[in-house]
Amino acid sequence: MHVHEEKTGLYGLMAEFDQAQPLVDAAVAVMGAGYSKVEAYSPFPIEELNDIIHRKRTILPKLVLGAGLTGMASGFALQYGTSVLAYPLNVGGRPLATWTAWVVPSYELTILFAALTAAVGMIALNGLPQPYHPVFNVERFDRASSDKFFLVVEAADPRFQKDETTRLLEGLGAKGVYDVAE
Amino acid sequence: MAQQGHMQAGSTAVLDEPVLGPGQNYETITESVAQIPLSSRTPLGWVFGFLIGLGGLMMLQMAIGWLLLRGVGIWGNNVPVGWAFDIINFVWWIGIGHAGTLISAILLLFKQQWRMSISRFAEAMTIFAVACAALFPLLHTGRPWLAAYWLFPYPNTMGLWPQFRSPLIWDVFAVSTYATVSVVFWIVGLIPDLATMRDRAVSKVKKHVFGVLALGWRGSARHWHRYEVATLILAGLSTPLVLSVHTVVSFDFAVSVLPGWHATIFPPYFVAGAIYSGFAMVLTLAIPIRAAYGLEHLITMKHIDNMAKVMLATALIVGYGYVMEAFFAWYSAAPYERYMMFNRMTGPYGWTYWLLIFVNIGLVQLLWLRSVRYNTKLLFVLSLIFNVGMWLERFVIIVTSLHRDFLPSSWDMYYPTRWDFMMFFGTIGLFLTLFFLFIRFVPMIAMFEVRTLLPEAKVHVDHGPTGGH
Repeated sequence: MHVHEEKTGLYGLMAEFDQAQPLVDAAVAVMGAGYSKVEAYSPFPIEELNDIIHRKRTILPKLVLGAGLTGMASGFALQYGTSVLAYPLNVGGRPLATWTAWVVPSYELTILFAALTAAVGMIALNGLPQPYHPVFNVERFDRASSDKFFLVVEAADPRFQKDETTRLLEGLGAKGVYDVAE
Repeated sequence: MAQQGHMQAGSTAVLDEPVLGPGQNYETITESVAQIPLSSRTPLGWVFGFLIGLGGLMMLQMAIGWLLLRGVGIWGNNVPVGWAFDIINFVWWIGIGHAGTLISAILLLFKQQWRMSISRFAEAMTIFAVACAALFPLLHTGRPWLAAYWLFPYPNTMGLWPQFRSPLIWDVFAVSTYATVSVVFWIVGLIPDLATMRDRAVSKVKKHVFGVLALGWRGSARHWHRYEVATLILAGLSTPLVLSVHTVVSFDFAVSVLPGWHATIFPPYFVAGAIYSGFAMVLTLAIPIRAAYGLEHLITMKHIDNMAKVMLATALIVGYGYVMEAFFAWYSAAPYERYMMFNRMTGPYGWTYWLLIFVNIGLVQLLWLRSVRYNTKLLFVLSLIFNVGMWLERFVIIVTSLHRDFLPSSWDMYYPTRWDFMMFFGTIGLFLTLFFLFIRFVPMIAMFEVRTLLPEAKVHVDHGPTGGH
């Protein structure tokens, strides 16, 4: 057996901040320094962080639009199929394809499909449920859902140098910089 | 530009009362909400309230058991009043649910910050109210397990399909979609707070349960981005949904040709009535809860005041509906319409009509007074009375329209039986049971949203010389 190198068990470095503003400033600085595998963690949504770090918006709205249109189409198809093809019922000589009466169920199915896609899509795109993630190895990280703010630079980042990155994070006003075990 | 924005924020802060008590920070907000489900001590008041709810639930089980054994004949409704408590209570419960969706969806789109600390339990109220509502039409079918083939479109061996021209089928689609979307929206809203509970739980069992439910939520920038987008979409979808649900419920009546039901004003008037009774129920729940759990710094007087104002506004719309109903009956010059209104006001059920007018047009005017809106005890009592008023509205619309229709030979009176009352009070028991379980085991205020109300949660992006693109 080889002796493990220090880096093999390391997922990255985690810096802790007390407030939202220092985290945002640190994210700007770290991205400005050329790092790419960076993630910020906060106890509430800070929309600016996604723009700073990932610079990419989610495809979720497009999926929801597609699902909504599918829902609407299936609503009309269901009602056409049952009322005209499978079970035509002559009510006072009225036409079978009464699309105006079908608006309501089709409308409800539009919303049903779209809403389920929005919820399931968000969870799936976020890769959840995910029972294990290296950030949970840091003891202080249990404050990330209450009142502390964290910035993680992954060891897989091409610019990652443990000492240099630590110095950078400390210089940005981090209250602590921790190793994140793989 | 930045300075202007700053000044604006400052001036609104002066004009508006705060939606958060003084001296709060991330930790105090989190602790005051999270400790309620995490604490191992169950308050005595909770046990007392839960037992009352459980008692009602037992009664409901008995009423349902006997109903399934004997059939719907144990209820008082019979020709000509074929629809009575079963639909009155259905509409009443569904209406109550609407306030929860209004708070969580419509007020989110309007960026109303006071929504945040009441949205979670208002949404829970919605789900429980819809559950209570759904029991009535299902059980009115007599044998719910046999009713599936004309309620839901599924390929059955009889080759039968639902009648999609009927508002009752529209109602099945509207209410089942509403129930599903409400549950989904509520669960999505819970995920980040469940992560907080996971991280704060001390006992191993709670840590595991909350850990599984939180799905491994980490609160990363990507998580939050997708989360915010999903929440906004869900709010945008729920807004037309909630308006459609009570519209469709009102179609159950308005699409028929019965005097007293066949009215174009029904959809907006039903939606306003739903929101009015729903806010009355939110206040009925919020006032004791904030006092019992010491949450006055999160559910402030500002919230109570705003809810009372929404109630007043929607009650005025409902009052307009009552006036227009009477006006249309007279203006139609149709003898059956005119007789329906005359009978509604002076007939054997006249007292229910005047009681509802007294509550929903008269008593509600008290809410113009600031001193009433700021008196929580009085407001609590008034909210209970308003809900009785809205129940009476449905009673009046349904029973007085049916009991004397076109042919005097078929006129009859309707009297509810004890089973009707047991079903109704039983669902209140079911509602209370579910609600008490909710406040004991689930964080009842959206902690992550309330945190964003703190001044220190506001950030600005200052791109350095390297990142100024």
